[in-house]
Amino acid sequence: MTTVATTPAAPAAGRQPTTTAPKKKGSGGGIIRYIVIRFLLIFPTIFILVSMVFWLMRTTGDPITAALGGRLSADQLAERVAAAGYDRPILVQYVEYLGQIFTGNFGTTISTNRPVSEVLLTYGAATAELAFYALLVAFIVGIPLGMVAAYWRDKSPDASLRIFAILCYATPVFFSGLLFKLIFAVWLKVLPVAGRASTSSELQMQLLPGKTGLYTIDAIQTGNPAILVDVLTHAVLPALALGLLTAGVFLRLVRTNVIGTLGTDYVDAARSRGVSEFRLVRKHAYRPALIPIITVIGLQIALLLGGAVLTETTFEWKGLGFMLSEFLQARDFVAVQGIVALLAVIVALSNFIVDIIAALIDPRVRY
Amino acid sequence: MTRIDSPPRRPSRLARLPIIHQLHQSVGLQRGMLVAGLVITALFVLTAILAPLVAPYGYSQLRGPDGVFGAQQPPGGAHLFGTTVGGYDVLSRVLWGAQTALFVIVVAVLLSIFAGVFLGLVSGYFGGWLDRVLVVVCDAVYAFPSLLLAIVMSIVISGGKSDLVGGVMAAAISITVVFIPQYFRVIRAETVRIKSEAYVESARVLGSGNIRIMVRHVLRNATRTLPLIFTLNSSEAILTLAGLGFLGFGIEPTAASEWGYDLNKAISDVSSGIWWTSLFPGLAIVLVVMGITLVGESLNDLADPRLRGRRAVGANAGLVAETSVVPGGTLTAGPGGLGGLESGPLHTNDGEATS
Repeated sequence: MTTVATTPAAPAAGRQPTTTAPKKKGSGGGIIRYIVIRFLLIFPTIFILVSMVFWLMRTTGDPITAALGGRLSADQLAERVAAAGYDRPILVQYVEYLGQIFTGNFGTTISTNRPVSEVLLTYGAATAELAFYALLVAFIVGIPLGMVAAYWRDKSPDASLRIFAILCYATPVFFSGLLFKLIFAVWLKVLPVAGRASTSSELQMQLLPGKTGLYTIDAIQTGNPAILVDVLTHAVLPALALGLLTAGVFLRLVRTNVIGTLGTDYVDAARSRGVSEFRLVRKHAYRPALIPIITVIGLQIALLLGGAVLTETTFEWKGLGFMLSEFLQARDFVAVQGIVALLAVIVALSNFIVDIIAALIDPRVRY
Repeated sequence: MTRIDSPPRRPSRLARLPIIHQLHQSVGLQRGMLVAGLVITALFVLTAILAPLVAPYGYSQLRGPDGVFGAQQPPGGAHLFGTTVGGYDVLSRVLWGAQTALFVIVVAVLLSIFAGVFLGLVSGYFGGWLDRVLVVVCDAVYAFPSLLLAIVMSIVISGGKSDLVGGVMAAAISITVVFIPQYFRVIRAETVRIKSEAYVESARVLGSGNIRIMVRHVLRNATRTLPLIFTLNSSEAILTLAGLGFLGFGIEPTAASEWGYDLNKAISDVSSGIWWTSLFPGLAIVLVVMGITLVGESLNDLADPRLRGRRAVGANAGLVAETSVVPGGTLTAGPGGLGGLESGPLHTNDGEATS
């Protein structure tokens, strides 16, 4: 890994959460060079995570014994292990595994005997949809409330909003999910209890020729507004549960940053020109305060994916997280490894994209 | 105003203790938050220690003097919070759960502090290829969803099974692995900075060995941010433990009581309108995490002059050293306190939140 050497010795001093971003010495070069170096840094990240998961999982033995041990006789077990190639030296298996991942082959699940890549494609769409809605909730709730808190700093709105932010963080998504379910689905009966859509809508969407797996898009394709409403109402509670977790983080970030920018010279200058305090927050102070948010979104995606596992289990939302906990119950570690590897790729890629966006917006990141 | 000429009065040793000092320093809302957090945290620790005395029944007790408890009994009578689908007393399990949570926090945080501080110190002090490798590895681990990492670790440690102490230890060690990069990053950044300070150089000129310099000069000055990360990590540890339990990696009900496990068993109860099996363990998690987070947040804000309550600065701005996190520490890291050294106060407290 030659790219490792390009990592500067002290990236921890950087302002970004993803400190792998290299700091270029001197001037010149520019955005292209930054993008190239940052892109190359994706590979060691993925490589490290995939290798770590592989070696850790293998310390417990081969996956077939883990999944079927006790259910098959020793002979049958040995036969299955030999057929799958798990009796070869571990180093050979490791190199082969890396090669397979490179070509997009994540192996075959033991419990359901399907290619892991197929599972990933089928259920990844559901997780992507959930993450998208959750981010939407987080933006809509977090950013305006953060500005409100900064505007009334140290007053009662600020105090209650900060408590709210801590509450968002302190409530596990599965607990808020269960509470929402209890209140809105069981007691008030205004929203569905679980799942991504009702059975009839799901059947209609299955018949679509160009189905994407993203139910919102599929529902629009059917042209039936009732299905769209059905899909959206199913998404409300999971998105709210997962989104509020992130909303608390955004709220605190926006608050701290707006307070920080409100004390800068250019805001003082604007204030002395007679710009109202409300307009200062709305027009002058919040824009630079949003830059840290963009960089933090990268970390939030990791958090969202972790939270998605729990949210999907709570709401039986059939996505990657739901499948992950199913596979965990079945002790199907090939599938678990595949899902974890894919999530590593997603996290690395999204961090890359976020860093590039941050560099495009804020030239200071590049230097 | 003769007081200006006189040197600022140095407070007593008691007043310079970490938490006490911050209590004096805070005002108004911040003091309220800190006190509320401390009270909740103290209650949690007390409950954990006194669980055998406070809880009406054992965590795995299914029958009392009047026979079997019965499943899903509504709150009231002999069972203040009702009983679970498995027939356990909810109140007892909530109280005993505090003990499990405290144990996991202590083990996880202690282990990760030792490992993280050691790695960070060595890595930052000696540099070289080891440093580069560790930084890249820790960054990769840091960026990964911590819950997934904990799942992988608990598969490795307990093979997905959970028995008596093994289950608790597996959860604690899984959480440890997630936290090591955080301590590593902070301590390493501090070490790199302190390494170039004049006093380290003079110690070297005087002939001190590497180990002596590392322990006496670097480590002592690099640990001032630890109380802050400690509190933030404790709350994260509870959430990770609950998440693991919720996914079925927790501790069996016969081995110990764990809130996440109880919530998992309560999913199907909710659909039939049974609220008490999920509400109380959930509230326990929220309350404890909130209490610890309130303390951590307050410490963080008080360490950052930009966020500290305005009157507090005027009233209490004595020696620079007195306003830093650890009494006697310096503020050379920058005006942002912890934020100046790592990645800004925003990231240290916001970026690391988990589910």
